[in-house]
Amino acid sequence: MRIYQCHFCSSPVYPGHGIMFVRNDAKEFRFCRSKCHKAFKQRRNPRKLKWTKAFRKAAGKELAVDSTLTFAQRRNVPVRYNRELVATTLKAMARIEDIRQKRERAFYKNRMRGNKERDFLRDKKLVESNPELLRMREIEIANAMAKQQAREEAEAEAQSEMESDEEEMEIDSEDEEEEEMQKQKILLKNKRRNSKKIAF
Amino acid sequence: MQLSWKDIPTVPPANDLLDIVLNRTQRKTPTVIRPGFNITRIRAFYMRKVRFTGEGFVEKFDDLLKGFPNINDIHPFHRDLMDTLYEKNHYKISLAAVSRAKSLVEQVARDYVRLLKFGQSLFQCKQLKRAALGRMATIVKKLKDPLNYLEQVRQHLGRLPSIDPNTRTLLICGYPNVGKSSFLRCITKADVEVQPYAFTTKSLYVGHFDYKYLRFQAIDTPGILDRPTEEMNNIEMQSIYAIAHLRSCVLYFMDLSEQCGFTVEAQVKLFHSIKPLFANKSVMVVINKTDIIAPEDLDEERAALLQTIRDTPGVEVMATSCQLEENVMDVRNQACEKLLASRIENKLKSQARINNVLNKIHVAQPQARDDVKRAPYIPEQFKNLKKYDPEDPERRMLARDIEAENGGAGVFNVNLKDKYILEDDDWKNDIMPEIMDGKNVYDFLDPEIAAKLQALEEEEEKLESEGFYNSDEEENFEGLETDEIEDIREKAQWIRDRQKRMIKEARNRKSLKNKAIMPRSKLSKSFGDMEKHMATLGHDLSTLQDKQRVQADKNRYVETGVDVAFGDATTASASNDNGGKLRQTDRLLDGVADGSDRSRAERVAKMQRRQRNRDARAGEADRHATASLPKHLFSGKRGNGKTDFR
Repeated sequence: MRIYQCHFCSSPVYPGHGIMFVRNDAKEFRFCRSKCHKAFKQRRNPRKLKWTKAFRKAAGKELAVDSTLTFAQRRNVPVRYNRELVATTLKAMARIEDIRQKRERAFYKNRMRGNKERDFLRDKKLVESNPELLRMREIEIANAMAKQQAREEAEAEAQSEMESDEEEMEIDSEDEEEEEMQKQKILLKNKRRNSKKIAF
Repeated sequence: MQLSWKDIPTVPPANDLLDIVLNRTQRKTPTVIRPGFNITRIRAFYMRKVRFTGEGFVEKFDDLLKGFPNINDIHPFHRDLMDTLYEKNHYKISLAAVSRAKSLVEQVARDYVRLLKFGQSLFQCKQLKRAALGRMATIVKKLKDPLNYLEQVRQHLGRLPSIDPNTRTLLICGYPNVGKSSFLRCITKADVEVQPYAFTTKSLYVGHFDYKYLRFQAIDTPGILDRPTEEMNNIEMQSIYAIAHLRSCVLYFMDLSEQCGFTVEAQVKLFHSIKPLFANKSVMVVINKTDIIAPEDLDEERAALLQTIRDTPGVEVMATSCQLEENVMDVRNQACEKLLASRIENKLKSQARINNVLNKIHVAQPQARDDVKRAPYIPEQFKNLKKYDPEDPERRMLARDIEAENGGAGVFNVNLKDKYILEDDDWKNDIMPEIMDGKNVYDFLDPEIAAKLQALEEEEEKLESEGFYNSDEEENFEGLETDEIEDIREKAQWIRDRQKRMIKEARNRKSLKNKAIMPRSKLSKSFGDMEKHMATLGHDLSTLQDKQRVQADKNRYVETGVDVAFGDATTASASNDNGGKLRQTDRLLDGVADGSDRSRAERVAKMQRRQRNRDARAGEADRHATASLPKHLFSGKRGNGKTDFR
């Protein structure tokens, strides 16, 4: 039992997964999924597809040259089983993985260094070159503020009215009057429409 | 080797040959040429003609030469036969003449093509061509006699019986008129002419028959007269050559009754004179016509003569009668047996086959290079091993014994791990982890892993001390505060969003999406829109608003004239989409003084339309809705088939 590497994308192929193609010169090609298999059959170059390990390593996106990567190797020399050796190996594997991840992180950080400053400079340039849009923004903000203020005032008024409601109930009649006014308005509108129809 | 020449192509007479080739040239080469053509073209035209004719002759001659057999390459029997029949020298000379004619024609063609290269005019070229073809024709005409002779030879060769000199053959010979042909008729299906006069058979005849599932050929030869070979005629010579060359069983026929016209004495004499030809052949003397006289009834003198034949070693005498078909089959069978026996004997005698096989076999025998003895090596351990004995209580423990102890076959399972050779026996049954954390353990399994890991750790420490992993998180650029930075970032973000939106809006504006392109003058924007837009840009519009109000008051529509006269009707249609008044009169009322005029005008118009409407018929320009359920497509569909089909 062995975890193989996908020939195309270099991801691990666990036992019972993927598909293997054996060419007529007996070379084996293992694929982790049909996507990789299809890409291979279409003679795609994995170095040119961004999602493959080959591309990422070739383009310097990932740690490619490191001493931690030299440990795992297919050796064609059989080693006789030795309990102590296996024990040390297992411990070493864990430790190597730790170090590798640490280095990977450092690599990433190093790769991304300077991005923030670049972004900031771009932002700054954009802001400096668009003063008229900035003015619009100020007006927008001012309008928003004014609206906010108005709403707050209205709320404050409503609050005070609620308080006054408890004192006087006469305001209800005023509301009714308002409703009547609205009804009349609607009637008027209808009338006008009707008259138009008649005219045509 | 070729045995029959039935498919030699016919040899046309010289004149025919000439016609054939020239005709072909005329047909297969271009025929139109004019003096105005380019000189190279004219030359090419005639060169082609000459070359083509030459090639045609050569082709014909080649066929001829290939078809006729080379007299030196064929079997000696056929060679001699052809020599007697066609005269070897004549045959050779004829073929040689053809061959020479071929080379001459080739040469003529080559020479004239060379000359044609320098032809200066059409006429000159044409004359050269004429000369070339004329010379070729002369050469061919000179071949008249050889060609005639060859045609005769071809016809005769085609009719020769195909005699295979190497198969099993019975050869029937003897004086004329002794019953050779009758015998052939008796034993084979060959339809040979039998007549009661000498020399009925003038050439070789072949018949075939089967004996013991083997194919035999029987050859009937013309009769031989007893005289020296130099004096023999062509017909007799054929028999002599057949006897001499064919590996066969010779049946010498005799007629004791002397009805053939030759005495027994003469016949015996002939036998003795041609005896030298029978060397290495099985010979039988067949006494024919026993129905007339049997050998026993012969007088003493003749019996003595016959006895001289009997005494010759290797000769067998049998009697038969072709007339009564008596003893014929016995003779035939006996002859066949004899032939087969002699053939087998010959085969055994020849060493060629055995040598063929022996030549291919080689058995290598190693030579001792020195006196050192090289004994096979047997390890000490095995030399001293005690012989296994199942009865011995101290015998070796075999795997079979272990199996029996542990429950026998089917129960006991052999632990293969027991045979492992490890440093510590306790480890034998350990389970080796193959995979850990998505990695193959085998890939890391390395006797020097500890040292390597140590090196890695050291490297790691070194990196740590160098500050490789230290992160320098600084948010201050150009000495700005975090707040300022945040502010600028927000602004930039707002600007980006805004720009994106603007782009999108512009694109939306531009895209038609099934709308008509409106002229710019018809596009209107309300004052309110402008106001809003200006406000977003941060302009103060209070002065503009005042102006607008004044303008609006001025433009307000005041009803006058017809508007007043027709009241409601005009006010109803009075506004366009933008809310402004339409500046147009009512067309219905244009040009009529009052209502009565209007109604009169309408009546007149109606009257004019009436006749037109009456005549109106449905045309193709009229709107027409087809029936939603056409009857012929939807009714009665199940009578013969499905509902869908009728």
